Amino acid sequence: MLETVKPYLWPVLFGVIVVAVLPLLAGYVVLLERKVMADMQARLGPMRVGPHGLLQPIADALKLLIKEDIVPLNADRVIFWLAPVLSVTTALVAYAAIPFGPGFQIADMNIGLLFILAVSSLGIYGIVLGGWSSNSNYSLMGAIRSVAQLVSYETAAGLALISALMMGSSLSLRALVMAQQNQGVWFIFCVPIAFFIYLVASIAETNRAPFDFPEAESELVAGYMTEYSGFRWSLYFLAEYANMIIVASVATTLFLGGWLRPLASVHLQIPGTRMEILDLIPPLFFLALAGYCVLRAPRQPVAVQKVFMLLVAGFCLLLAAALGWSLTSAEFLPAIHGAFWFLAKVFVYIYAFLWIRFTFPRYRFDQLMNLGWRILIPLALTNLVGVGVALVLHSARGWGLFPAFLLTTLATLAVAGFLVNEGDKRLKVVAVGANGE
Amino acid sequence: MNGAGALDQVFFYFFAALAVVSSVLMVTRRNVIHSAIFLITALLATAGIFLQLQAEFLFAVQIILYVGGIMVLFIFAIMLVHQDVSLKQLRYSRQKWVAGVLGVILVAEFWFALDKGGSLFHPGAPISGGLQPNTEQVGQALFGGYMLPFEIASVLLLVAMVGAVVMAKRRI
Repeated sequence: MLETVKPYLWPVLFGVIVVAVLPLLAGYVVLLERKVMADMQARLGPMRVGPHGLLQPIADALKLLIKEDIVPLNADRVIFWLAPVLSVTTALVAYAAIPFGPGFQIADMNIGLLFILAVSSLGIYGIVLGGWSSNSNYSLMGAIRSVAQLVSYETAAGLALISALMMGSSLSLRALVMAQQNQGVWFIFCVPIAFFIYLVASIAETNRAPFDFPEAESELVAGYMTEYSGFRWSLYFLAEYANMIIVASVATTLFLGGWLRPLASVHLQIPGTRMEILDLIPPLFFLALAGYCVLRAPRQPVAVQKVFMLLVAGFCLLLAAALGWSLTSAEFLPAIHGAFWFLAKVFVYIYAFLWIRFTFPRYRFDQLMNLGWRILIPLALTNLVGVGVALVLHSARGWGLFPAFLLTTLATLAVAGFLVNEGDKRLKVVAVGANGE
Repeated sequence: MNGAGALDQVFFYFFAALAVVSSVLMVTRRNVIHSAIFLITALLATAGIFLQLQAEFLFAVQIILYVGGIMVLFIFAIMLVHQDVSLKQLRYSRQKWVAGVLGVILVAEFWFALDKGGSLFHPGAPISGGLQPNTEQVGQALFGGYMLPFEIASVLLLVAMVGAVVMAKRRI
C-alpha cells in the first residue's frame, strides 16, 4: 500500500503548499501594486495596518470574508455560484505544471505548456458565465468584451510561445529550462520579439490596464463582477492575481531562464572554497533587507509597529540564514536558490505589469482589436518564420547562435515597421471615409 | 487485477458516464446556456478519456480547441440572443415517430452486426507504456506519413476561412 502511495506524496505536498501560499502571495501582489501606484503618484499608500501597511492584505481578506453575500434577483443562481469557483480553480490548477525550482514542481508533464494553455482557456468560462448569470447589462457587456479580447490575444500569445518551444524543442517546462541551461543563454536574448509579443498579449489576457476593458470602471462599473460581493468577489480577485502570477511564471520559464541564476554558465569561485561569488547574492539580499528593517524600526510611530518591524527583520535574517546555509550543501543549493531566482524573476515581470498599468492610459476597444489582429498576429507569424530560419542557419549552416538570431530579429523588426506604417495609412483611409459618408 | 488497473477502470467509467449523462442533459435542457455548459462537460469528459488512453496531446488539443475555442464562441453567440424569445420557440421538429422508428432500426442494426460479426472485430493489443513521446509522434505522423491529406485539409480550411470573410464583408 505504502509503495503505491509513495510517488504521490511529494506532488500532493507541493500542491498543498502552492494552494496555501498562493492566496497570500496574491494578497501581497495587491499590496505591492498599491505601494507602487502610490510611489508613482507621490503618495505613501497603505500605512496604517502594520509597518508600511504590511498587514493590509490580511485585513482586506478578513473584511471581504465577513461582507454580505448578495445574489441579484433573477440571477441564474447555480451558475452565479459556480462561475467564481471555476475561475479560481482553473487558475490554481495551472500551477501544477510550473517548475518553481529544479525539484519543486507538482508534475513534469511532457505537454506542460499545452496543459497550462488548456487550463487557462477554461478560465474564460468563469468570467463569461459570471457575467451572463448576473442578469445585469454591465456584467454582460464586460463578459462579452472579455471573450473578444481573450480569443484575439490567445492566438498572438500562443504564436509567441511557439518560438520558445522551437528553441527548446520540447513542451515540458522543465526541459525548456534545461535547454536554456545547456545552450547557455536565456531565450529572451534569442527571440526578444516573441518575448515582447507575449508581454503585450499577457497583459491583455489578464485584463490589466491598459487593456482592462472587461472591467473598465468608467464605462462598465466593474464589468463582469459588478454584481458580486464579499467572498465570491474575492474569489474573482484571487483568480485574476493568480493568473497574473501564472503568465509571469510562464514568461519566466520560457524566456527568462526559469530557476537559473543570472549568468548561470559563469563560475567565479571564491578562492579556497567551492562557493561561487554569484551564489552569495540571495543571502546578501535578505541580509541587507533585514539591516534596513532594523534601521527603520526606531522611526516607527507606535511601539507595536517597532516590534513588528523587528519581527520582519528576524524573518529576513531567517531566510538569509537558510539561503546561506544551503551554500554549504550541494544538495539543497539548486533547490532553494532556484526558488529564489524564480520568484525574483516573476516579481520583476509583475513589476513591469504594474509599471505599464500606471504609465499608459486605457486603449479604445477598436484600437485593442487592431493591435491584436493587424499587428501582433502578423508580427508573431513573421517572427515564427524568422526563428525557423535562424535555427536552420544555426544547426545546418553552422552559424553562431547570435549572428543568426540578430539577422532574423532585425528582419522581423523591419516587417514590424512596415506593418505599423501600413496600419496607420489604413486607419487614415478609414477615418477619411467615415467623414466623407 | 492490480491497483493501477482498477483505478483506470474507475476513471474510465466515471468519464464515460459523465459524457453520456451530460450529452443527454444537453439535449433536454430548456435553457440554451445550460445546454452549452453540458456540451462543454461532455467534451471535457471525452478529453478525460483521451488522457486515460495516454493520448495526452489529444487531451490538451481537445480542451484548447473545442472547449477553449469553439465553445467560447458558441456561448458568445448565445449570450447575444434574447433568452425569452428562445425559450418560447419550439425546440424539436414534430417528427417524433419517424425519429423513434429510425432509432429502433439503428439499434437493431447494431445489435445484428455485433451479434453476427462480433468475432470479426479484433481490438488491437494495448501498447505497453502508451505512445511516448506523444506530441512528437503526432507531429511525425502528420508531417511524414500523412503529409498530403494534412495539407489538403489545411487548404480546405483556408478556403472556408477566406469564403467566410468574403461573405461577411460587403466591401473588401
